[in-house]
Amino acid sequence: MFRSHVMICGGTGCTSSGSDKVAEAFENEILANGLENEVKVIRTGCFGLCALGPIVVIYPEGSFYSRINDSDVKEIVSEHLLKGRPVTKLLYNETVAEDNTIKSLDETAFYKKQVRVALRNCGVINPENIEEYIGYDGYQALGKVLTEMTPDEVIQVILDSGLRGRGGGGFPTGLKWKFASSNRGKVQKYVCCNADEGDPGAFMDRSVLEGDPHALLEAMAIAGYAIGANKGYVYVRAEYPIAVNRLQIAIDQAKEYGLMGENIFGTDFSFDVEIKLGAGAFVCGEETALMTSIEGHRGEPRPRPPFPAVKGLFESPTILNNVETYANIPRIILNGAEWFKSMGTEKSPGTKVFALGGKITNTGLVEIPMGTTLRTVVEEIGGGIPNGKKFKAAQTGGPSGGCIPASLIDTPIDYDNLIAIGSMMGSGGLIVMDEDDCMVDIAKFFLEFTVDESCGKCAPCRIGTKRLLELLNKITSGNGEMEDLVRIKELSEFIKANSLCGLGQTAPNPVLSTLHYFYDEYVEHIQNKRCPAGVCKALLNYKIDQDKCIGCGKCAKNCPADAITKTTYIAPGHKLPSLTIDPAKCVKCGACMDGCKFGAISKG
Amino acid sequence: MRKFSTVPFKGTPEQEAELRTWLQEHKNMRGVEMPALQKAQEIYGYLPIEVQRIVAAELDVPLEDLYGISTFYAQFSLCPKGDYRISVCLGTACYVKGSGKIFEALQEKLGIGAGECTADGKFSLDACRCIGACGLAPVMTVNDEVYGRLTGNELDEILAKY
Repeated sequence: MFRSHVMICGGTGCTSSGSDKVAEAFENEILANGLENEVKVIRTGCFGLCALGPIVVIYPEGSFYSRINDSDVKEIVSEHLLKGRPVTKLLYNETVAEDNTIKSLDETAFYKKQVRVALRNCGVINPENIEEYIGYDGYQALGKVLTEMTPDEVIQVILDSGLRGRGGGGFPTGLKWKFASSNRGKVQKYVCCNADEGDPGAFMDRSVLEGDPHALLEAMAIAGYAIGANKGYVYVRAEYPIAVNRLQIAIDQAKEYGLMGENIFGTDFSFDVEIKLGAGAFVCGEETALMTSIEGHRGEPRPRPPFPAVKGLFESPTILNNVETYANIPRIILNGAEWFKSMGTEKSPGTKVFALGGKITNTGLVEIPMGTTLRTVVEEIGGGIPNGKKFKAAQTGGPSGGCIPASLIDTPIDYDNLIAIGSMMGSGGLIVMDEDDCMVDIAKFFLEFTVDESCGKCAPCRIGTKRLLELLNKITSGNGEMEDLVRIKELSEFIKANSLCGLGQTAPNPVLSTLHYFYDEYVEHIQNKRCPAGVCKALLNYKIDQDKCIGCGKCAKNCPADAITKTTYIAPGHKLPSLTIDPAKCVKCGACMDGCKFGAISKG
Repeated sequence: MRKFSTVPFKGTPEQEAELRTWLQEHKNMRGVEMPALQKAQEIYGYLPIEVQRIVAAELDVPLEDLYGISTFYAQFSLCPKGDYRISVCLGTACYVKGSGKIFEALQEKLGIGAGECTADGKFSLDACRCIGACGLAPVMTVNDEVYGRLTGNELDEILAKY
């Protein structure tokens, strides 16, 4: 028995900010103090609050240390672990009350409104040890379905729960399973998992893989039993080395424990999972493209029908679900459909994990009940916008989604509400933008992404998105005409209606949605050749305020284009003549403004 | 746009033996083409035509198919990378926090464009999609080392380390 457990986040965010070194320092320091039989160091999955990494939590107290360096470790070990006095100054300041007492993590704004179902074990267990997963009811759901339920009963529970695909489309998971369930035992079938999280700014699947890989394996085996498949594939990005490694460890351990492989739990059900590495193609998140890629080819999508439930991987009936969807399955089996439906909204039961990013204080992973408003997410959980800036919009659904403007901040987030306002759930990236972000530029950013990632198989997507991008470039370079807005709309609708797969069908969404909610901003770019947020370079003009300029000349030194010269004007109270920028020579790099200590230079 | 390498192929017999052994062992795996190219790139660092020919011959698949795959996926590279591979994340979270500027600054400092390698073979520069460290945005990596919360002022210092 250990009297204390030191949980150190081993997710990608914290590892990137040096949590491996911190873990090593803890191990060394604990040995040096002879505490190795009393204190255990565990590397866990993601706690969610990546902005404060590396994160260390010490139990039984639950003390939440944030931004810990290896140099802090000595003090924590000698004070906290030896003398039992938490080092208050290193704790996450939200957990320290005014009278210096320590609050529980669940009382902080970031965690208070979260309900963790898919992420329940992330940051709680050691993902590289199957016994810890088993200790938290792991593989109980699989045991239950194999010994107490028929495959049809399993499908019925999932249907009743109302669980919808967490990868973006929101298709009812139970229905997908039902379609693939005929002819059990007579034909080869496959269970696939989409862990090719390509949406830039989303990392919830990675966190489940890194923090709770067995939950995925258990759920895939349950799915295999339900539809009658004995083989599963996890298609995961090669860019996630930690996740791939932990998943492989999990597969090996499950096999060792007889929870994977032949005759699981002594029944006649056999199931095996193999990892397939992606190679960096966004289109492979589309189900038919993903299967083509597993088959070893260029990941190009196929026309549907036939749907994968009929003819999928290697031409066999196949179901494909996303990581987060699977992570919900064991809990639904154990707690029942009614329990699941008690969370969220009527048509979107359960919770959803979002990756909060962009201009927000608490960047990280949050899991909230469906129906939580965007305001709660941004202002309470996310801690608001940094630097006193104003909330402008939030982008959900990545390159397939759209933006939610400030006027709709009270929208309850669920599948249908997001579709109704022209966005979509997507896999759960939620990027917050403030007044310094230009919405035309954001639309252009996403479109550049889809143009890059279009596989080229069908013309509407290959050529259409490229032409659409050209129209946007025309506007941001100051050559736009009002007719272009009509052309953009027309072309967008055409691409949506005629593309082969989901990538093309949703590619114009960011453009349409910004055009709808920020029409004035587009018009401003076209008619007044001005970028209100000050982002689009070609439309920027840097100016020196003659009365604020003290004439120090720093900007002239910084200017790479020699565009700044002295004037003859000396402002009242100053000794040197002020400077001015020659717009013909200015390359709009912003070096002058970055260097000015007197706030005399403005852009607009 | 993919650039093709003018650097002469410098594969060793050991590398070739390692690749051929792997290919013979995994020949019968379903969908072996992608894992084979991944293995080949792991061994050689990139996929010049000479290496693709070895894979094609051992697996008995047309070279055209392999070429199609290696040019489809962003992970495969047909030209060699520098000793220090710099990637700047241009994912959404990093982008709105200014990684575009960082990427431009690095191009200027190194005198190379995206996907290129410096003449001395020391640095190569790529843009990458989200590496999942959005909490630290904007982020760049040099080989496996991650640098986060960049402002642009620390770039010289980072490059000088290598």
